[in-house]
Amino acid sequence: MSDNALTDRPQVTGPPSAGPSLARRRLPRWTPALVVLVSVGLGVGGGSLAGWESRVQQGLIAALLSVIVTYALTSLVEDSRQARDKVATSVVWVCFAAAVVPLVSLAWTTVSRGAELLDGYFLSHSMGGMTNIEEGGGVYHAFLGTVEQVGLATLMAAPVGLLTAVYLVEYGRGRLAQAVTFFVDVMTGIPSIVAGLFVLAFWNLGLGFGPSGFAGSMALAILMMPVVVRSTEEMLKLVPNELREASLALGVPKWRTVLKVVLPTSMGGIATGVMLAVARIAGETAPVMLLVFGNPLINPNPFSGAQESLPLYVWNQYKLGNAASIDRAWAGALTLIAFVMLLNLLARGIARWKAPKGAGR
Amino acid sequence: MDLSHTSPAPTAPPPTPPDSDPSAVKGRAVHPGDKIFRGLSRGSGITLLVIMAAIAAFLTYRASIALSANSANFLTAFEWNPQGDPPAFGIGILAFGTAVSSVIAMVIAVPVAVGIALFISHYAPRRIAAPLAYVIDLLAAVPSIIYGLWGALFLVPYLDGLTRWLDRFLGWTTLFEMSNPGSPARSIFTVGILLAIMILPIITNVCREVFLQAPKMYEEAALALGATRWEVIRMSVLPFGRSGIISASMLGLGRALGETMAVATVLSPGSVFTWHLLDPGSGTFAQNIAAKFNEADEFGRDALIASGLVLFVITLLVNGAARYIIARRKEYSGADA
Repeated sequence: MSDNALTDRPQVTGPPSAGPSLARRRLPRWTPALVVLVSVGLGVGGGSLAGWESRVQQGLIAALLSVIVTYALTSLVEDSRQARDKVATSVVWVCFAAAVVPLVSLAWTTVSRGAELLDGYFLSHSMGGMTNIEEGGGVYHAFLGTVEQVGLATLMAAPVGLLTAVYLVEYGRGRLAQAVTFFVDVMTGIPSIVAGLFVLAFWNLGLGFGPSGFAGSMALAILMMPVVVRSTEEMLKLVPNELREASLALGVPKWRTVLKVVLPTSMGGIATGVMLAVARIAGETAPVMLLVFGNPLINPNPFSGAQESLPLYVWNQYKLGNAASIDRAWAGALTLIAFVMLLNLLARGIARWKAPKGAGR
Repeated sequence: MDLSHTSPAPTAPPPTPPDSDPSAVKGRAVHPGDKIFRGLSRGSGITLLVIMAAIAAFLTYRASIALSANSANFLTAFEWNPQGDPPAFGIGILAFGTAVSSVIAMVIAVPVAVGIALFISHYAPRRIAAPLAYVIDLLAAVPSIIYGLWGALFLVPYLDGLTRWLDRFLGWTTLFEMSNPGSPARSIFTVGILLAIMILPIITNVCREVFLQAPKMYEEAALALGATRWEVIRMSVLPFGRSGIISASMLGLGRALGETMAVATVLSPGSVFTWHLLDPGSGTFAQNIAAKFNEADEFGRDALIASGLVLFVITLLVNGAARYIIARRKEYSGADA
């Protein structure tokens, strides 16, 4: 794997086509591969000899060894500048490996553990009338809740976000626009649980309503708005000014120019942004936990009574902590991840499909 | 491309514009539709400001109810007992846990993320780089509860060996001393590692974007002078990307500070202060809210809101600092970019 790093190495360090006497001494190209092999071997072998059976330790030893050996070898055969370059290369490769391992393991665990239970039955049944340690049950009620809450949140956040972006790009001058830009930035950084606490303070403690899907979707809308504003803003800025000027020159009023020229031109990008925002809030657990509360039964009405949602379902099943519920938690997690990834891929699909072809910007 | 069927112009070519009366030509008469649309979009912007103001106002109001009845020092007390008589609660341990776990996460995640971003932008072969960037983009969208589930059921057992190792060789530093070796690694240290894994994709994405924008001319100039690849990166890519790295890190820090579920699933919290990072115990703001919420009565919820307000203020400060750094450095990097 590692020898790829060197195949596209810029060949500028040695003088080109100079005589053999001028060429620097170089390590052969297969050296990095050998170094990695040897250090992994030493890491695993030595680690298990010393009784450190944890693969985390063995991996760390192997990574350290390969960096050190690379440095030693290169500084012996080549010079110190080359050695530093090689060390940087191997450190970057180690970073890559160190990040890929947990992320792949995360994806693999979720898919393999989740697939054990995920089937038509699981997707079409709720947890109604089940004891906690019983096997079986399903996720239908949670899926329904998530779709409704996210849908409501989108209905609230998308128009406001879109119009705000239009304001910032098409109209915004002066202090109000500056303030809006600043607070959109600030709002992007609000932790999801704080949005949940706000709706709790305002809607449940202040106005006295009980938990409901709608309360959750209000918090989700707060989290979604700045994301929509940001992405829409970027897209609107990409619309060439010539289009606006052409339309205005034909006497079309500004609002129709925006609605009929600017927005349609950037519709693909805007849709992508909204979908990505939807995907982001679909996985939010914290505000939903405070406001929607959880419910093992199917409650199709988001405006009254506690509901369930997918992330909340995963959390509740995990907390029960017995074998059957952990299985359900994994299956729920796989359902959630599949849902979010589907939204993501859809969004990227729209982006690619709607992307301007040919004569670009 | 949609112009052809959207413009009403073809029906009325020059000299009088189709949608406006003649008076609009000489004066600046505003179309009523324009007024409404402008008002609507302006209103949406104002709605956003109102929401932000309402968040601050409501959190402060409910927090003040809780704080006025608190018998302990809110900022320094370690216990969390709003149901007590008199109620006593403080954020000391939460502040400590939040800070420590975020610091651990940043120390691990930022260098590794910069490494991966460099890998994608400058080291990886083209065929690997594009799909890899795509996959990391997707990973940034994985919900935190799934990181939490994976962390609790998979990462915790795997870190067992590492924590024993740290205890044996670095135990003398107090930080890595375990009072009960062999207990599951549900500690603030594990939380830090999990948070690092979580924020890695976000930081990587931003850094990669920035590195790809580094001026090619500088890189080629450095190469032409005989620089090695590392020297090219150190001299032209990293200086150019510094403010990008900082803002990406701040973004990740904001995420780590406010993360709830990944912490709540992994950590077994405690209210006794300890410097032993590998021992179970401690807590974070968000985790405490999630853990105490169900058993809290209305006053208890107010107390939790008070701690949420602190978290809110902290994230505001972090975000503000990030914006400030970006805005200040923009002048330099924008000039020679």
